Amino acid sequence: MSNLLDLLVAGLATGAIYAIVAVGFTLLWQTSQTINFAQGEFVMLPAFLMLAAMQAGAPFWLAILIGILLSMLLLGLGFKMLLVDPMLRHGVLPLAIATMALAIGIKEAVKQFWSAEASPFPSIVPTGDISILGRPVALQSIGVLALAILAVLALTTLLNRTSIGHQMQAAAQNPTVAKIIGVPVERMILFTFLINAFLVALASVLITPIYLAKFSSGEVLGQAAFIAAIVGGFNQVRGAIAGGLLIGVVDNLAAAYVSTQYRAAVPLILLIAVILLRPQGMFGRPEERTV
Amino acid sequence: MKPVFLASALLATIMTTAAFGQGAPIKLANVAELSGGGATVGTNWKNGIDLAIEEINAKGGVLGRKLEVTHADSQSNPGVARAQVQKALDAEPYVLLGPGYSGSVKVTAPLAAEAGITQIMGGEAAELTQSGNRFLFRTSFGQQSSMPKVAKYINDDLKAKSVAIVWVNNDFGKGGRDVITKEFAKYNIKVAADISTEAGQADFAADVSKIKAAAPEAVFIYVNEEESARILKELKRQGITVPLMGETTLVGQKVIELAGDAANGARGHVGLTTDAPVELIKAFRDKFVKKYNYVPDHNGLKGWLAIYMIKATTEKMGKVDSKGFADALHGFTITAAKEPGILMDATFDANGDIDRQGFLAEVVEGKQVIKQVLPKLNN
Amino acid sequence: MTAGKYLQIAFGVIVIAALIVVPMNFNRYGLFILSQWAVMTIAAMGLNLTLGYAGQVSLAQGAFVGIGAYAAAIMTSNGLPLIAALGVAIVLCFAIGWILGYPALRVQHHYLAFVTLAFSTLAFLVFRNEDWLTKGIYGISNIPRPEIFGFPTRRPLPFYYLCLGSLGIVSLAVWWLIRSPWGRAFVALRENPVRALSLGIDTRRYTLMAFAIGSALGGVAGTLYAPLTQYVDPVPFSLALSLDLLMMVIVGGSGFFFGPFLGAMIAVLLPEWLRFTQGYYLMLYAVAVILLLIYSPTGILGILDRYMAERRTKAASALRAVAKSRLETAP
Repeated sequence: MSNLLDLLVAGLATGAIYAIVAVGFTLLWQTSQTINFAQGEFVMLPAFLMLAAMQAGAPFWLAILIGILLSMLLLGLGFKMLLVDPMLRHGVLPLAIATMALAIGIKEAVKQFWSAEASPFPSIVPTGDISILGRPVALQSIGVLALAILAVLALTTLLNRTSIGHQMQAAAQNPTVAKIIGVPVERMILFTFLINAFLVALASVLITPIYLAKFSSGEVLGQAAFIAAIVGGFNQVRGAIAGGLLIGVVDNLAAAYVSTQYRAAVPLILLIAVILLRPQGMFGRPEERTV
Repeated sequence: MKPVFLASALLATIMTTAAFGQGAPIKLANVAELSGGGATVGTNWKNGIDLAIEEINAKGGVLGRKLEVTHADSQSNPGVARAQVQKALDAEPYVLLGPGYSGSVKVTAPLAAEAGITQIMGGEAAELTQSGNRFLFRTSFGQQSSMPKVAKYINDDLKAKSVAIVWVNNDFGKGGRDVITKEFAKYNIKVAADISTEAGQADFAADVSKIKAAAPEAVFIYVNEEESARILKELKRQGITVPLMGETTLVGQKVIELAGDAANGARGHVGLTTDAPVELIKAFRDKFVKKYNYVPDHNGLKGWLAIYMIKATTEKMGKVDSKGFADALHGFTITAAKEPGILMDATFDANGDIDRQGFLAEVVEGKQVIKQVLPKLNN
Repeated sequence: MTAGKYLQIAFGVIVIAALIVVPMNFNRYGLFILSQWAVMTIAAMGLNLTLGYAGQVSLAQGAFVGIGAYAAAIMTSNGLPLIAALGVAIVLCFAIGWILGYPALRVQHHYLAFVTLAFSTLAFLVFRNEDWLTKGIYGISNIPRPEIFGFPTRRPLPFYYLCLGSLGIVSLAVWWLIRSPWGRAFVALRENPVRALSLGIDTRRYTLMAFAIGSALGGVAGTLYAPLTQYVDPVPFSLALSLDLLMMVIVGGSGFFFGPFLGAMIAVLLPEWLRFTQGYYLMLYAVAVILLLIYSPTGILGILDRYMAERRTKAASALRAVAKSRLETAP
């Protein structure tokens, strides 16, 4: 059973990564019905922006800052204005397809202009292990988990405790009514895109030391986060967090106790079960959108 | 089709026998995994090819003719590989290079054989050279020649009688796992745990805890470099101290860089490595790093070797003869003394398999140290 | 009006004739790519039925192509005729589609997308892990090409005609289907499910039917895919193929009969045309798709549709203007 604890801790750490990425998914879906199939690539790209900044001579902390700002500019503002705005009124699907093409484009661009090789990436959390309950746990994992929790706490505080947050929620839940009561809906939607861009850049800083900076590292992440978002509930931030952590843990337990060959299957079966039994997601609320 | 080909072959012979110093360039075609899951493999292979061609052309080419190569991307998909190889063969290249994925090789090898064009590829699956295709050549050990050496080492030197096998679930990993499982059976070595992992997997906690539970006397690890580094870290974290044995992908410089201390003590059979204690290989590595700004893996070496195999064979024949190429390469030993580009003496047998020296390496204090030099099988 | 109709028919005849005659002197590569286009068009037509006509998003069409391909690979390698594999593939894909869609559509419409997403990856894992049936990651090689009425299709040209002929048959069947009461019910469903329900259409049954038939067409494409590449392994049937097929339907114009033909052309031929740009070709392809979708989110045929609609309104307003001026000049 001591084994189980190891698996739980490791699973939570991996799950925290999925959770951060999944939160962005749900935010974009809530405010603008955008399904972003390039979300994984959005996490992969900022690491390369930061590496490029470091190559140009910036120290690590400055590179992170530049990376986050560029990410908000490109993946937040640019993404919204160039891709989402012109396509949004034509429904969910063409936009979703465009993000698929965007994913291919980002991957290929990184491969072509940077390298097909994996580049190491410095860790902001010290490497090494600490002992918890007598067993070694990677500091990196703890760091990821802690920062993920912090980011999400900050986000929920923003959403629930501040005026901007309330306006954002109003814009998400019922844009028409929100407009009538004077909420600047457009600006609120832009905010969510900027928040998503900030979160993916943060995720990039946390994850890349483990996953390495590689053009293809977004594929696994994007799919895992997508599944996490559905399992947790596509319309709730806390649902995405829980979904992410759950997928991380289930994946590890499945590999240990079911089959390593079918480890990827267990979260998917969970997903199907959730849809059949509780379609709004384990922690989501039933959708109220009308046809 | 046939008469045209005959005519062009005739023309080629006339052109080479006519004592014109510079002939038309020799056309090669490369089809490799330049995007998709195998992009890292294919890009290394392509860069190795380009580097070798650049060097050869700078020195006057082969028999006074320059080499020219076209690169096509198979997207790591056998269907696309088939289309691209067909396109390449329609242009009647001198030799076909690639692909690197064994599945893509399987689907394209019959086409090249039908066209009578030699194919020099990067695949390592055992079965590729065992179907009687006269036109197919390897650039590295097939798993049927590397795995027996690994099994022998585990039995004779490590004296382990139960081994956990960790493999990546693609054609590379599965192929190695299947061959070594058979070899273990010959020595009565028990497979304590048989663990498949995914390409790109980041979290090895569950896999390592399974190894721990199985308590083997050694662990055999057959995954790609990045995953090797991650699993080495996790093995150290969970305090597994039994010998760790692998292949080229476990003890390379890249793994050591990524895994740090955790790589210490890892051993591996290394057929082809840029870390080999061979001056020519070190020189190759420096040239590669200078041009591309990163240290190549063994696929970069394979691409380079493919071109030098072409050079040496063509010079042996004394003419650019696409039809005779395969026959000239069968049974041919290319020595590094005569052709430095081949880096180490290599012999090609009747199946197109390569025979050359190998190494047993161990990571000691963050450096790959060669512990044994394994001689060629047939001297 | 009738002149337009004749023009359309003449255009259609020319295109079909061109598809038969022009490839005769193509090389093997050209024929392979065209065959690939025909196979992908069949799969995309199936998805177009599910998505374009019944309004359901399926992310598993690639998996159904895989099931068809494995059925063909396994059966023909064991000496059974391809036509038997075709039957098995159709029945299997239809049944799996039905079983998969039934619970998903019970809850809410867009959950079919999520369930099929999961199924797509599950199918990949089964293809890869069940060695005894599928030969796992090694794949099945040397898949024979069939003999059709005694004609061998081993050479590229006859096999291309087999693919083209199959595409023709499938097109006719789909053409008939969407003009049948069923097809009209599918469209009614997409346009207004509530109204369809109130008109007494059993919405769930028709939606399921559309999804199952669409999936079966994926299986048909698969049974051609296997003898086309003559090698089947799990990798090409991952989620990426399903997403690719979805892209074909949307880019061509979802809900338009000829949408999949154009969409498959973009997805199969455009990257080939762009290959001269070497390492940039996939990047340019992605940019082209994005620009196209921004310009016309309803796909290529959406542009045409818009143009026709504009002409019609222009013509109508011109008529109106004439009528108005007549009215005004009338005493």
